[in-house]
Amino acid sequence: MVKNLDRIVYKIVVSTEMIDIVEARMTYQPTKEGMIMAEGKKEQVTQSGIDRRTFIKTTGIVTGSVLLGGFHFVRLSQAQDTGPIKVGFPIPLTGPYGTEAKDQQAGAELAIAQINAKGGILGRKVELLVRDTKLNAAEAARRAKELIESEHVHIMSGVLSAANQLAVNEQCKLHGIPYVSVSQANEITQRPDNSIYTYHEAMDPHMTTQAVGEYVAKKYGKKWYFLTSDYAYGWQMTDGFIRRGKEYGAKSVGETKHPLGTSDYSSYMPRILAAKPDVLFLNNFGKDQINSAKQATAFGLKKKMQIVCPILLMSSRLGGGEEPFDGVIGGTSFYWEMNHPTAKEFVAAFQKANGRPPIDYAGYAYGGVKEILMGVERAGSLDPTKLAEAIEGRTYDNYKGPQWWRPCDHQSQQDVFIIKSKKAKAEYDVFQIIQTVSGKGERLLRTCIEVGQNPSKPIRSGLIEKK
Amino acid sequence: MEWTAIVMQLFTGLSLGMLYVLLALGLSIIFGLLTVVNFAHGAMYMWGAYAGVATVAITGNFWLALLVAPLVVGGYGLLVERTLIRPLYGRDINYPLLLTFGLQFIMIEIIRIFWGTSDYPFQAPEALSMPLEIFGIFYFPAYRVFVIGLTVVICFVLWFFLERTNLGLIIKAGTRDSLMVKALGIDMGRIWWLVFGIGSALAGIAGVLAAPIRSVFPEMGLAMLVECFVVVVVGGMGSLKGAILSGIIMGEAIAITTLFYPQMADIVIFLVMAVVLLIRPSGLFGRAGLLE
Repeated sequence: MVKNLDRIVYKIVVSTEMIDIVEARMTYQPTKEGMIMAEGKKEQVTQSGIDRRTFIKTTGIVTGSVLLGGFHFVRLSQAQDTGPIKVGFPIPLTGPYGTEAKDQQAGAELAIAQINAKGGILGRKVELLVRDTKLNAAEAARRAKELIESEHVHIMSGVLSAANQLAVNEQCKLHGIPYVSVSQANEITQRPDNSIYTYHEAMDPHMTTQAVGEYVAKKYGKKWYFLTSDYAYGWQMTDGFIRRGKEYGAKSVGETKHPLGTSDYSSYMPRILAAKPDVLFLNNFGKDQINSAKQATAFGLKKKMQIVCPILLMSSRLGGGEEPFDGVIGGTSFYWEMNHPTAKEFVAAFQKANGRPPIDYAGYAYGGVKEILMGVERAGSLDPTKLAEAIEGRTYDNYKGPQWWRPCDHQSQQDVFIIKSKKAKAEYDVFQIIQTVSGKGERLLRTCIEVGQNPSKPIRSGLIEKK
Repeated sequence: MEWTAIVMQLFTGLSLGMLYVLLALGLSIIFGLLTVVNFAHGAMYMWGAYAGVATVAITGNFWLALLVAPLVVGGYGLLVERTLIRPLYGRDINYPLLLTFGLQFIMIEIIRIFWGTSDYPFQAPEALSMPLEIFGIFYFPAYRVFVIGLTVVICFVLWFFLERTNLGLIIKAGTRDSLMVKALGIDMGRIWWLVFGIGSALAGIAGVLAAPIRSVFPEMGLAMLVECFVVVVVGGMGSLKGAILSGIIMGEAIAITTLFYPQMADIVIFLVMAVVLLIRPSGLFGRAGLLE
């Protein structure tokens, strides 16, 4: 029941945003005809003193059909065909995921700097517009709307945390802006959220848990306990692990859900100890991951169980230090010391620009932004269908090995790496890749049918017809 | 559920409550005497943690950090009182409130500029990194036991200072009726100055104590500040006894809620506040009329 609350809340947020948009367009600057009508009505308002709402009601019926018909025409006429190609990048710069957001920004900046150095896209420079979402879905939706309506961005990327991604995606779908999502979420590539405009460069919780769960089930015990961040990300991780665990005979001996942003986990420890699990999964992220690993270590949990993070973040390992993460294993999409030619190029360029190696979230942002912009270049225009055709089914290798865009849902298929925290010999030398779990042949992905799509057709839902 | 788990949970609650106690004491002592609602208290707590990180980075000595952090933050408090708070005495209670509210963002921004937004690792000292056996039934991190012990010592020292020294008695008298104390020829300005420093130092020591348990980052004080205001309001604005009792109650409330319904853990303190304020509108040990 509570599970749906999150979604309901953002749906409400999004729908109120929609009302705002419609209202704003009705009242202010719609098409030429509408403009004349609105101007005329505005005078009436001042004369007779009717409030805005009554004004909308009376004019709405008359102008509504004209306006809604011209709705998308408005946007297109506003979008500039010359000047730079603008990429909107709302990220949670402040809040518990601030460190990872900074790396997302650095990754996107690098991709764009490289593209601009080679002459840009379609002969135009590319520009990155970063906004702070404060890790709040409503704020993310507002920032995205602002980027689209005031800044007229052509492409959207960025965002961290599932609820925020969905909120931004909703705005992008509404306005027909291609959005390449660069952090984990299951729903984003699933009905009803996905669309022809939506691309998901990052792994999703399902893939992550299939890969990590498989490794853990084979290697460690069968009694699993979950310490879960109480929102979509955490729930999906737990669900995924339980599903994968069943195939290997592992079972859950308990789950504790904690509020996002909890700083003290000591009161969760007695319960975990009492359940006597073989493996403890920390299904949380950012500072929550640091704090829970730090405190689990202090309570001596590591002596009794293996600690596993579905996504073991380099930023957490650096922020938490060596001791809390000693021996902890987890999954990742990328680690800077991996031995692969494109990875080495990316790391060298990133290091040159930022003075330090990139984390996995910098990799997503770099790969995703580069991929969609190169897609625009190949398509020869910003037309959504041409762009989709230029990307779908493509095998590419931007920074970490081969990836593949599945046409039915725009999910990027990729390998997952299992890493283990080690004693650092140098400042950023913190992990060791202990296994590469191959993503080939959609083995880690949900099937097209599971995500509500037709396996034999590329996704075309949500396409806005143009006048 | 095994009874040992419940005992351990109660013990956890006690250790959780200790940070609240330290921070609430600082807030309460400042409010009790100066009627200044110090919104920069959370930022001072954060500065305490960073002062600790810096000291350990330079000297490698945690015990020194425990000394340096309250001195740095306390000294900063003295400076703030003299330069910023003092001109606002005698005005509406909202003036210093707004001032410190702004000050906290400046303090956070300073840290962001010089230290960045990332977390800083901070380990408990070697001697306290082993789990300790408690009552022979469960293990508990030695560091947290140390935090409980140190908080008890600080509470005792504070009690001794306020009840058994001349200066403390002046402070107590000033809390009751500062005009009368002034009339007796005592320079209340200096007393206020000192008390603001003590309150700030308490935030500093709470910060450095929290650093090995929680991650150290610029906004670490924001959530803590809200929780501590709840603790102070429940205990009664300006009451030290109330701050201690309410801090422990909140720690236990969180611990017990976590055991039975963890999703509620971060709002249970607000429920407790609502219930307490319904029964006792000025808090457990609050004096009526302080805010008017």
